[in-house]
Amino acid sequence: MAIPLPWWLTVAAALFAIGLYGVLSRRNAIGVLLGIELMLNAANINLVAFWRYITPQALTGQVFAIFVIGIAAAEAAAGLAIIISAYRRRRTVVVDELDTMRW
Amino acid sequence: MIIEHAVQIFAFVILTLMTLGGGLAVVTSRNLFHAALFLILSLAGAMGYYVLLDAGFLAVVQLLIYIGAISILILFSIMLTRGLMMPGQVQRNEQWWIAALVVFLTFVVLVVTMWQTVWPIADTEALRAPNIAIAQLGAALVGPYAIPFEVISALLLVALVGAIVLAREEGNQPARADAETGE
Repeated sequence: MAIPLPWWLTVAAALFAIGLYGVLSRRNAIGVLLGIELMLNAANINLVAFWRYITPQALTGQVFAIFVIGIAAAEAAAGLAIIISAYRRRRTVVVDELDTMRW
Repeated sequence: MIIEHAVQIFAFVILTLMTLGGGLAVVTSRNLFHAALFLILSLAGAMGYYVLLDAGFLAVVQLLIYIGAISILILFSIMLTRGLMMPGQVQRNEQWWIAALVVFLTFVVLVVTMWQTVWPIADTEALRAPNIAIAQLGAALVGPYAIPFEVISALLLVALVGAIVLAREEGNQPARADAETGE
């Protein structure tokens, strides 16, 4: 293993930070979802890296990564359905304008 | 051994450029369609990471589910909601610089923590042979991890049914009529 574990974690942290920036700064709801996908991927890279370096004989790391991918698929489907529904009813996908539930 | 290490480091650098460069383009691109295409690049970089980490099955799952399914779903949604966000329109909100600051601080905290922690790395013998067969993975999914696996299946089913219900058009649809005249 030529690359030490902290480098993997650093790359994953950078990807997480980029995704978080996308979630916080995008006006378009689909842009926010893209950011969430990046963050989920960063978490997955961490899981796999920890599995490879710390418990390579156990299955936990890979199994959890599969679960994360499954949840990401569910999240993308539900989130995009909500966005399309909002687009149809409100004619907007800008998150600032979807403020019906704002207190 | 030296050559193998050099190849690994080279691959790591290339994949990092793909993943992080693609990721940056995803959050900064003005055209949302391009952002989604860059997401595919970033996901492909992550897939390369899995190969480099000897998790071949995950790499295939990443290709099938993320690159094959989720990004296509996102591209479709962008096309379905097109016309609202023209390319060239400002895509970031007014708080983007606060977001950038918060994100930068988060990153610094994470990196400092990671480099200061002493990780309980497995011994070299174990590191060399991580051969987990796909059969073992499958047996684990229906053995010790059967309940979480079933819960994920149920969650996925519920989410997909919910997605259909949410995105379905209603019987009398005034919204759709003015959508057609509005275009």
